[in-house]
Amino acid sequence: MGWANIYAAVYSEEHSSIFDFTQRYGMQLVWIGAAVVLALLVMAMDSRFYFVFANFIYAAMIMLLVTALLFGTEVNGSRSWIQMGPIRIQPAEFAKFATALALAKLMSKYGFKIHQFKSIATIAFLVITPALLILLQNDTGSALVYSSFILVLYREGLTGWILVFMVFMVLLFILVLVYNIPVILMLLFALTLFLFVFISGRYRDAIRFGVGIIGIGVVIYGASEFFNLNLSWHYFLLLPLVVGIPIAIVYAFINRLRYIYLLVLFTLTGIFFSFSVDYVFHNILDTHHQKRINDLLGIESDPLGWGYNVNQSKIAIGSGGFWGKGYLKGTQTKFNFVPEQSTDFIFCTVGEEWGFVGTTVVVALFLMLLIRIIRVAERQRESFARIYGYGVASILFFHIAVNIGMTIGLFPVIGIPLPFFSYGGSSLWAFTVLLFILLKLDSTRLG
Amino acid sequence: MPLNISTDKKFIIAGIMALVFVVVIVKLFLLQVIDPSYKLSASNNVLRYVTQYPARGLIYDRNGDLLVYNQAAYDLMVAPNQLSKFDSTDFCNILGITREFLEKGIKDAKRYSYYKPSIFLKQISAETYAVLQEKLFKFPGFYVQARTLRTYPRKTAGHLLGYVGEVDENIMKSKPYYQMGDYIGISGLEKSYEEELRGSKGVFIYLVDVHNRIKGSYADGRYDSTAVLGKDITSTLDADLQEYGERLMQNKIGSVVAIEPSTGEVLAMISSPTYDPELLVGRPRTTNYRTLQADTLNPLFNRAIMALYPPGSTFKIVNALIGLEEGVVAPTTKYSCDGGYRVGRGVGCHSHSSPLDLVHAIQASCNTYFCHVFRNILDNSAYKSIEVGFTKWKGHVESFGFGNKLNIDLPNELRGSVPTISFYDRYFRKGGWSSLTIISLSIGQGELGTTPLQMANMTAAIANRGYYLTPHVVKKVGNDTIVDSRFKIKHYTSVDSTWFNYLADGMDLAVNGAPGSGSTARIAAINGITVCGKTGTSQNPHGNDHSVFVAFAPKENPKIAIAVYVENAGFGATWAAPIASLMIEKYLKDTIAPNRIWLEQRMLDAVIIDRRAKKK
Ligand SMILES: [Zn+2]
Repeated sequence: MGWANIYAAVYSEEHSSIFDFTQRYGMQLVWIGAAVVLALLVMAMDSRFYFVFANFIYAAMIMLLVTALLFGTEVNGSRSWIQMGPIRIQPAEFAKFATALALAKLMSKYGFKIHQFKSIATIAFLVITPALLILLQNDTGSALVYSSFILVLYREGLTGWILVFMVFMVLLFILVLVYNIPVILMLLFALTLFLFVFISGRYRDAIRFGVGIIGIGVVIYGASEFFNLNLSWHYFLLLPLVVGIPIAIVYAFINRLRYIYLLVLFTLTGIFFSFSVDYVFHNILDTHHQKRINDLLGIESDPLGWGYNVNQSKIAIGSGGFWGKGYLKGTQTKFNFVPEQSTDFIFCTVGEEWGFVGTTVVVALFLMLLIRIIRVAERQRESFARIYGYGVASILFFHIAVNIGMTIGLFPVIGIPLPFFSYGGSSLWAFTVLLFILLKLDSTRLG
Repeated sequence: MPLNISTDKKFIIAGIMALVFVVVIVKLFLLQVIDPSYKLSASNNVLRYVTQYPARGLIYDRNGDLLVYNQAAYDLMVAPNQLSKFDSTDFCNILGITREFLEKGIKDAKRYSYYKPSIFLKQISAETYAVLQEKLFKFPGFYVQARTLRTYPRKTAGHLLGYVGEVDENIMKSKPYYQMGDYIGISGLEKSYEEELRGSKGVFIYLVDVHNRIKGSYADGRYDSTAVLGKDITSTLDADLQEYGERLMQNKIGSVVAIEPSTGEVLAMISSPTYDPELLVGRPRTTNYRTLQADTLNPLFNRAIMALYPPGSTFKIVNALIGLEEGVVAPTTKYSCDGGYRVGRGVGCHSHSSPLDLVHAIQASCNTYFCHVFRNILDNSAYKSIEVGFTKWKGHVESFGFGNKLNIDLPNELRGSVPTISFYDRYFRKGGWSSLTIISLSIGQGELGTTPLQMANMTAAIANRGYYLTPHVVKKVGNDTIVDSRFKIKHYTSVDSTWFNYLADGMDLAVNGAPGSGSTARIAAINGITVCGKTGTSQNPHGNDHSVFVAFAPKENPKIAIAVYVENAGFGATWAAPIASLMIEKYLKDTIAPNRIWLEQRMLDAVIIDRRAKKK
């Protein structure tokens, strides 16, 4: 089984070199060479080393992040590089595996219980510290990678509702931006009622309640129109809620239905979240982030301006068709229509030259790799190795999904590399280290 | 932990990953296999981006008369990658071009870019366009782009309006807004108000099939942007006055600038010889430009803001004001004159009654009087050295707007020159010069260089009795009257306003004094209007003296301040004064009185271009 692991990993390595040999120049070859040396180094270490020094490695990486922030070189607006002689490294790339190690060590402690406040606080501290430092370096993409650890937490016992809740919040976020808040509030209300009926089956009560609330809203709206009060929509949407919530609570008390409290809480959270998204988006986010998100959601667009990358990227991938134009025959990528095609938009080359067949194969290979990693993780006896394994899977998953997602217009453009494909030493080495530590842990698993 | 729970979670996590990847694959399938728009755009390489050019803003004069508008023109574009076989004989016949031209044009276009369209033939006529339009589908790779050309219904004020031309490599590099074939204001108002006039381009994106036919709007026009029209501009110019001035200045070299003193608005700005602005439009522009450039009289040069002349005797006004302000001369101070100032190298004077007080010295333009005044200023016993006195004098002079750019809203204005101490220290040696060595400054000669605009501005400051507003040529942009707050600021000279009335009196007498009383500019008098003026004769090393005249009118509540330079024309009173006076009469009365028609005719007929050559 170990053989299959190495095969999967090495296959990806080779795959990158196939592309890189001809597409890239000597530099990437040097980096691949260095990555091989690095892999051997990782494998040569005693596997206990990673457990014992996890916290030390983590602390060192945090120090490096701070150094980069204070003394780093600025590239493309991100102050995230440390110059060391001829080479530049990006600590943010390496901080990922360090965090995975530290997290694994923390959570594999004997008697660790995930639902305790202290545990959650420590985990949050471990994950948020590097994310925040990276955010300060103006590298939003790499900071967001840390959100993928939620999958690890889920595997280690966190309730599944957290995932559902996150998905719901993401949906709400998109809806708030696409539609306006009043629509969202009405949808939320309808959803709450629907959930109530779904759980309790008391549809008569639900209908009475719904009609009552809508009635109040309509009455206020009518009064506003009739007396020419020009009340803002806040009144006839929020006032019924103010009336409705106490009624719901009383109803819950009389009928002893505890889940109604949860529903009320859910509605309130949703409303609060909608308003804050609206506020944060329009008042706090940079314009270029706003525009990228707007572009993705189709609210605004400008294919020659900031929407240029994605539009050109889609043209390149789309032009590949089913079979692709053939290796090295891509015109869109060759003529530099797609900016940053060797780094974050490398997937365009695959799409244009190898077509749908190629992209599907690549995506499928990535999926196989991820599933393989999960299986490796699952067969570990030590929880340290298992948790670390899930960390690896989560990080890779986030990178792959977001990077490919942004090249085909499924995700806003945040610059993060595609593992083993994108040009650049730091990311290649970081992914190599990330993966080979897992292989090392797996190889010394006590049989 | 029970085994089944973690197993479930394992599958759920793997399931989430699989789900996301399936979504990705579905999207890829849509993008690469189903959706034709991306493939189409790539197989032709282009969605055709058709730039929408906004009409450039129009330019009006202060009375709402149109000075510049746009005319439609058509550029024939070629996209080399879309070319395929076509009937080249027919093509050449329609356009009236040779086969060699066609081949060269395509070769050039390919060299520029294989993918990006470039202009094959500029500004084809509307008739040709009509014929071509019918058959365009037979010529894949060619299409027509509508553009506009500037047109000048009154053919006046070429220097001030400026012209537009195609952007070059450097402009495209420094200003990414501009692309190959775009126009940009290159001089005059067209340049200084470029951003307001041009508006902003839009782009329509079309899907094009392999036969170069437009198949419709790309993505339902989601990515299209419409052009924003350029703003119209109302200039401060009075087109009638401008035209009249150009006619008076015909066959002469020089410049006229007229300003409304209360606002700083430029009413007329003439640089002679001038040129027909239509010459610098469209295809013939390059040839015409070369011809104009080769002309020895330099018609492209805007003398009003770019020529430096010594101000001559008109500068006595400034010296008188400085003397009064410094307290080294009083209105009653009299100096006698016996035909010149006889100290040092000396300065000659013409015959007039003697002695004269300040007002009458202005009236008669007595050189001797102003030599005294100038020396009093510089050798003022209140100051320890000539350097301090000179610095004082220079400060006052600069407060009239000399020696620095006035910051008119036109490009390429010159700052002029007022000499510095270090200049004289170098020219003579430190301590080697005195008020006597630089005495020619007293009568506006020597190391002084002023533009006609600066002279008109100085006259406006006198008309306003002590301040000027930065001269400007634009009144309104779009519908906003307030153009720029800097044109609303009163710049006070360092001379107290009470002193100005004496000068106004002197200039009044110079024009309206009784016959035989020694008035130098009686020819400038107009019935019913009190014109205040001062003649000047500006010496220059290249030929006959320049004829200079500055004036404002009416004396109370002045409506116009004017400066006239006629190069190599001799005395100010002979040429510059009548031209200024006729323009004032035209502006204030609209017609020239019958008893002055002869004067107008004399000015119109005069040819003073060859005098320079004569002396050479
Ligand atoms: Zn005299």
